[in-house]
Amino acid sequence: MALDKLKKLIQWYDEVLSMPHRLEIARELRDEDDLFLLLLYSEMIGIPNPVYYYTLELYPYMLEKFHDWHLRMGMDKSPLDGFRCC
Amino acid sequence: MSGIGIAIVGIIVFFLGYRYYSKLIAERIYRLDPNYVTPAHQYKDGVDFVPTNKFVLWGHHFTSVAGAAPIVGPAIAVYWGWLPAFLWVVLGTVFAAGVHDFGTLVLSVRNKGQSVGTLAQNLIGKKAKLLFLFIILILVLMVNAVFAWVIANLFISFPASVLSVFIQIPLAVWIGYSVYKKKGSMLVPSLIALAVMYLTAIISSRVSFLQIDLIAWMGGEGATGMFGLSTTSSAFFIWIIILMIYVYIASTLPVWKLLQPRDYINSHQLVVGLAILYLGLLFSNPEITAPATNSGADVSWFPLLFITIACGAISGFHGLVSSGTSSKQLDKETDARFVGYLGAVGEGALALVTIVAVITFFPSTEQFTATYSSFTEASGAGLGVFVNGASQLAGGLGIPADIATTIVSVIVVSFAATTLDTSVRLMRYIISELGVEYKIPALTKTHVATSVAVVLSAALVLLPEGPKGFGSGGYLLWPLFGTSNQLLAGISLLLISIWLKNQGRNYMIAFIPMVFLLFMTLLAMFNQVLFKWAWYGSEASMLLFIFGAIIFVFAVWIILTAVSTLYKKDRLT
Repeated sequence: MALDKLKKLIQWYDEVLSMPHRLEIARELRDEDDLFLLLLYSEMIGIPNPVYYYTLELYPYMLEKFHDWHLRMGMDKSPLDGFRCC
Repeated sequence: MSGIGIAIVGIIVFFLGYRYYSKLIAERIYRLDPNYVTPAHQYKDGVDFVPTNKFVLWGHHFTSVAGAAPIVGPAIAVYWGWLPAFLWVVLGTVFAAGVHDFGTLVLSVRNKGQSVGTLAQNLIGKKAKLLFLFIILILVLMVNAVFAWVIANLFISFPASVLSVFIQIPLAVWIGYSVYKKKGSMLVPSLIALAVMYLTAIISSRVSFLQIDLIAWMGGEGATGMFGLSTTSSAFFIWIIILMIYVYIASTLPVWKLLQPRDYINSHQLVVGLAILYLGLLFSNPEITAPATNSGADVSWFPLLFITIACGAISGFHGLVSSGTSSKQLDKETDARFVGYLGAVGEGALALVTIVAVITFFPSTEQFTATYSSFTEASGAGLGVFVNGASQLAGGLGIPADIATTIVSVIVVSFAATTLDTSVRLMRYIISELGVEYKIPALTKTHVATSVAVVLSAALVLLPEGPKGFGSGGYLLWPLFGTSNQLLAGISLLLISIWLKNQGRNYMIAFIPMVFLLFMTLLAMFNQVLFKWAWYGSEASMLLFIFGAIIFVFAVWIILTAVSTLYKKDRLT
C-alpha cells in the first residue's frame, strides 16, 4: 500500500518535471513535421515537386493533419484547389 | 520567541487564505464553472494546449515561479525588523499574490489562453501592449543585472560552490541529449547529476585547491588585480564576464539542450532546499535574535518594504507564467484555484522560511544589528546571511556547517542561474518583438538581439559602484527590480479589475491590491529618485536616477491608463 503511494508520488514528480521538456520536444517534432508537409505539397507555393502526383495520394489519409497544418502556416483556407478541406 | 512559532503562524494564515478567501473568490467573484470548456480542450493540439492533471500543473507552475528572488528580497527586508517583513509576506501572499496569480490564470482561460500582453492590447488598446513590452524589458534587464551580481557575489563569498555549479553544465547537456535521443525518463539521470553535484560540493568544501577563489589567486584582498583594480573588483569583473558569455551561449541554444535539463536538476534542488530549511527548522528549533522592529533605521520601511520584497509577497512575473503556459493546460476551470492560488502560497512559504533562516542566524541581537547596520549594508550582506542561516538550520539535520554552506550556496546560485537564463532569453524575444514593431529588421536576428541583451545587462551590472569597488554594487539595483515587478503585477491586477467590472461583478478584491501596489511603487520611486539618487541627493547616482525616473514615468502612465479605462464603456466581454 505504502509502496504504491510512493510509486504514485514518484510518477507525479517525474511528470511535473518533464512537462516543459515534453512540450518542447513535441514542438520541435511538430516543426519537423510541418517542414515535411511543405516538402510534400511544395507545388502549392510554386516549387516544382516531381512526386506531387504520389504525395497528393497521401492527402485523404492526412486530412485532419493537413487542416491543422495550413492553419498553423497562416492560411485560413486550404490552399489546395479542387479538394474540400474547410 | 522561537522560529518555529512564526513559521507556524504564517502557514496557518496561508492555509486559512487558501481554504476560505480563495474559495470565496472562486465562487462569488471569478465564478468558476466546472463545465466551462477550457482552452486546453478547445484548442487541444498536444503541444501548447494539453489538458493536464491539476497536481502536475501546480507542480509545474510552482517550480516555474519559485527561484532566488523570494530569497534575496526578504533577506534584505529584515533590516526593518522581522515583523514588517513577516506581515508583508503573509498578508501580501493571501490578499495580493494569490488573487493576482489566480486571477491572471482565470482571465487567460476565459480569453482563449492569451497571454497578459495580448490581453492588455485587447482590453486597453495597442498602446498598452508597447507599454507592457517596455516594462517587461526593464524588468528582465534588472533581473539579468541583479542575478548576475547574486551569482558573482556568491562565487566570491563561497568559492567552494563554484566547481559544483560548473559541473552541472556538462551533466545537463548529457541528460538533454540522452533523453532527446532515447526518449527515456529524466528522473534517474537527473538524480545522478544532482548526486555528482553535491558530491563535488562536499569534496570541494574540504579540499582547498578545488575552491576557485579568484581573490586568493590574485594575492588576497587588498592586493592589486587586473587593470590596476582591487582584487575584489577584478573578481567581480571576471565572474560577470564569464557569466555573460555563458548566458549568451545558453540562451541561443535550443532549450532542450541545456536549459530544460538544468531546470529539471534545479527542481530537485528546490525540493532539497525547502526540505533542508523546513526540516532543519523543525529539528533545530532556533530562537529569533533579530529585533521585531528597527526603530533606528536610516531609511524608512514605508514604502520601501513593499518593493524590497516583491517575489514572495506579490510578483508580476507570475502573471506571465499563469497566462503564458499554465492557462493553456488547465483541465477544468475549477482547478485554477488550486494551481494559481496555491502556486502563490508555495512561493510565500519559501519567502517565509527565508525570513526565519535570517532572523535566527545571529547568536545575539547586537550581532544582527551590527551586520544590518544600514539599509545599504543590509542589501549587500543579506544574501550571505541567508546562506549562513540556512546552513545553521541544516545543522539541525546533522549536516556539518562548511558542507551545508557550500550546498546552500550551490542551491541559491542554481536558482539565480535558471532565472538569469530564462530572462536573457525573454529579453532576446522582447528585443526582437520591438524590432518588428519599430521596423528595425536587424534586431529580429537571434544573435543581434542576444548581443544587445547581454551587453546591456553586463553594462548595467558593472556600472553601479558598491563599497567593495567596481562591479560589486549590483544589489543597488534591487529596488528597481522590485519596482518594475510590482508595476507589472499592478497592470495584471488592472486587467483583472477591468474584466470583473465589465462582467458586472465586484472588482474590489483586485482593485484594492492594485491601488495599494501602485501607490507604494510610485511613492517609493518618488522618494528614491528625488531625494536619494538625484545629483543633489544623499546617494547621487546618474544611472539609478535615470532608470528610476523612467520607471516612475511608466507608473504614472499606467495609473492614468487605469483610471481612463476603468471609467470607459465596456471593451471586452
